[in-house]
Amino acid sequence: MKLTDMTAVELSAAIKEKKTTVMEAVEAVFEKIAEKEESLNCYVTLDQEGALRRAREVQKRIEAGELTGPLAGVPVAVKDNMCTKGMLTTCSSKILENFVPTYTAEAVIKLEEAGAVIIGKTNMDEFAMGSTTETSAYGATKNPWNEAHVPGGSSGGSAAAVAAGECFMALGSDTGGSIRQPASFCGVVGMKPTYGTVSRYGLIAYGSSLDQIGPLCKDVTDCAAILETIASHDEKDSTSVKRDDTDFMSALVEDVKGMRIGIPRDYFTEGLSAEVRESVLAAAQLLRQAGAVVEEFDLSLVDYAIPAYYTIASAEASSNLERFDGVKYGYRAQDCEGLHPMYKKTRSEGFGVEVKRRIMLGSFVLSSGYYDAYYLKALRVKALIKKAFDDAFAKYDIILGPAAPTTAPELGKSLQDPIKMYLGDIYTISVNLAGLPGICLPCGIDGKGLPIGVQMIGNCFEEKKLLRAAYTYERARGTFVRRGEV
Amino acid sequence: MGKQYETVIGLEVHVELATKTKIFCGCSTAFGGTPNTHTCPVCTGMPGSLPVLNKQVLEYAVSVGLATNCDITRYCKFDRKNYFYPDNPQNYQISQLYLPICRNGYIEIETADGTKKVGIHEIHMEEDAGKLIHDEWEDCTLVDYNRSGVPLIEIVSEPDMRSAEEVIAYLEKLRMLIQYLGASDCKLQEGSMRADVNLSVREAGAAQLGTRTEMKNLNSFKAIMRAIEGERERQIDLLESGEAVVQETRRWDDTKGCSYAMRSKEDAQDYRYFPDPDLVPIHISEEWLAERRDALPEFRTEKIVRYKEEYEIPDYDIDIITGSKRLADLFEETVAICKEPKKVSNWLMGETMRLLKEQGKEPEDIVFSPAHLAKLIAMTESKEINGTVAKEVFEAMFESDVDPAQYVEEKGLKTVNDTGALQKTLEEIIAANPQSVADYRGGKEKALGFLVGQTMKAMKGKADPGLINKMLREMLS
Repeated sequence: MKLTDMTAVELSAAIKEKKTTVMEAVEAVFEKIAEKEESLNCYVTLDQEGALRRAREVQKRIEAGELTGPLAGVPVAVKDNMCTKGMLTTCSSKILENFVPTYTAEAVIKLEEAGAVIIGKTNMDEFAMGSTTETSAYGATKNPWNEAHVPGGSSGGSAAAVAAGECFMALGSDTGGSIRQPASFCGVVGMKPTYGTVSRYGLIAYGSSLDQIGPLCKDVTDCAAILETIASHDEKDSTSVKRDDTDFMSALVEDVKGMRIGIPRDYFTEGLSAEVRESVLAAAQLLRQAGAVVEEFDLSLVDYAIPAYYTIASAEASSNLERFDGVKYGYRAQDCEGLHPMYKKTRSEGFGVEVKRRIMLGSFVLSSGYYDAYYLKALRVKALIKKAFDDAFAKYDIILGPAAPTTAPELGKSLQDPIKMYLGDIYTISVNLAGLPGICLPCGIDGKGLPIGVQMIGNCFEEKKLLRAAYTYERARGTFVRRGEV
Repeated sequence: MGKQYETVIGLEVHVELATKTKIFCGCSTAFGGTPNTHTCPVCTGMPGSLPVLNKQVLEYAVSVGLATNCDITRYCKFDRKNYFYPDNPQNYQISQLYLPICRNGYIEIETADGTKKVGIHEIHMEEDAGKLIHDEWEDCTLVDYNRSGVPLIEIVSEPDMRSAEEVIAYLEKLRMLIQYLGASDCKLQEGSMRADVNLSVREAGAAQLGTRTEMKNLNSFKAIMRAIEGERERQIDLLESGEAVVQETRRWDDTKGCSYAMRSKEDAQDYRYFPDPDLVPIHISEEWLAERRDALPEFRTEKIVRYKEEYEIPDYDIDIITGSKRLADLFEETVAICKEPKKVSNWLMGETMRLLKEQGKEPEDIVFSPAHLAKLIAMTESKEINGTVAKEVFEAMFESDVDPAQYVEEKGLKTVNDTGALQKTLEEIIAANPQSVADYRGGKEKALGFLVGQTMKAMKGKADPGLINKMLREMLS
């Protein structure tokens, strides 16, 4: 097996068995990058020298028996909205073109402590606002399956890098589907954990009440290993939850007998492509054959999720992004007369169109006289959606459906019609509004040769059930594609 | 002036809480410090950083709420107040709008017409901003984030005050309560207590309130008094000349004795308040609240009763000493060591008050320790030093809390109790002042005083005047 075809857990095992070394793994990844990066543009920043230096350290510590975890020695890519001390962190925005953080995000620290080797920072939609990775100030990322198509977003760089073998695993962040949707488009596994499971400290916020860091990787085993590594109770994050069930690898059991799986009818209405529909239902059928009880139900309120989401996320973003003003760090416009012209020019030049659109939207819904009608109403919808899921999880262990209405669209086709692009988030955003865990894994390939993903949603803090269902499905499905050779 | 006007005043008081660390991070709140040294990613608004509430801030805020008879909000939240300014690194201030921690309280003040209740509308918690420093030489503005994130509470009163005297009584009462709680030192000059005055006037007997203005930059009780008088006059003049009062924020210039408009209601900003999603709502349990209630200190009224029972000192002294938590603490701690309540009280009422007044200081500025004051009292009692020397030593203690024993030793101020040496000096004094000796012997008691003084002078003050007096009488009899 070629080195870059290995999963993260397989690679770490091979290193420990002395079949290969951390340095060889890093070199293999950079060979792949040399071959593909120019056309794919998965990364904003690469650090080959630092990665090799770190690889030698990690190799020594593995040999000394100090690093024994399942991810020791594995090269990892980090989405460019997570702070990395001493390494450029841009959020794919011009406004942070020169921002080098003084500290490292908690989730990244957890990976480093486990012996993972950071090779670079992946491209994304600017400030995670977008569903295609085309809003990046540093060029769009291409889908490794077909370079005429987008990789999805906003964690498109991370998903594409995993799919292309330009890393063994990656971190993404998911505010409204930004891990699961690109996972679906790139044929990889992506998971958004329960809100509060992974510390947000050092994650540059988009919608604080919805943001959650999670893995993008080659299979469900890697997914469990990464989640187990990055989950932590962090006192620096007030929304971090203390939980004692983060031994997620123990959930990798092939058994769904008696598991109740609900399929929301609302997810299979108009707008869903026939190929995606067939493929996702086939996945449900496989789980039924494995012993699960699968039935349809009405989730309701699905139509309200998109307006509620764009109201809440934009409101929070409009405030979160205020700190980018040219005063303390990042880009500052030149030739300004006075403070307020400097603010205006810096932000006008520093932010892209989609970011400005959401800042304006968010500022509007929070403004005096509109707060109740928009923001408060959206919060009430959020509460009702949570309630609808509570009711559903009283009956079902897992909810199963698509992650996106279609496979990856062609480059350049999405941004002209932002409303249509927003509607593409319909299957993923309620999960964020309700704080639930969701996983997406490949379940088929459409007529154009593009991957299709199936999404499974669990109740809060029931990642283990989710991982068990996903793992069982993955085994039943069999090998999906030529890993890393798409 | 024909019409009678009534002044209506409400106050917004900001109080800096006495926590060791900031409200949302672990940085020090210590005053001074090299610019931007008490900072971290949180209080400098670095991307990705997150706030975590300092629990002590909540404890202090709730204590102040309990001491001012407020309802404590059992489910409260922090909100973001959004506005762009470089002293505010996130460009939003974390404050409370929708669910402040305390509401509907009151305090009682003493006025010429007896006791009066002043309502507290609400008390909320928030973070302080950094400090901008304009560099005239370089023509640039620098920012120091050491103050950024220092915890504040804002105490908003109802418009219940009718005169500058009532405002001062309210502020003094509030300050005393907060000092008793140890929640803040409440120094106006240093800005740990700041008051904004909302003032309107209306014709006496009118039911509706007039248009109000808000006055900022009031750094002392005197400035507050003057600003209130000035603003009252300004508003009445406007009304008398048929003009309208404009709702606006005004800045008081105490050196010029007048105010000028900063911004009017028309250009008031929309702060787009919304609940801060980075902070979780605070649930206050009955148990925790009961603990806070039990932890409230002995307030002034209880202290006065206890002092009357425990210490034999005049009511007047009790009134003054308990008027300041700092003085009361000093008194109690010193008495605990030296068991001399009257003596301690004398030092506090006399020399301490004199020096405070002379130097324009507040009891909170006192630096000498109870141990040193107790030592000084003991040294005086044992006649190790005389009264004049004691006052000198005390002044040194007042300046820098020197150890009185060490100071007396170093300066050689100890009373000379060597009667041989004293005897010799007395003989010399008697020989040198035959006229006075004759006067004394002739019945002029005053002459003895002169001789004692001469002896003290010759002994460089280091003698016990009582002893000199006694020996002189014996020698001249």
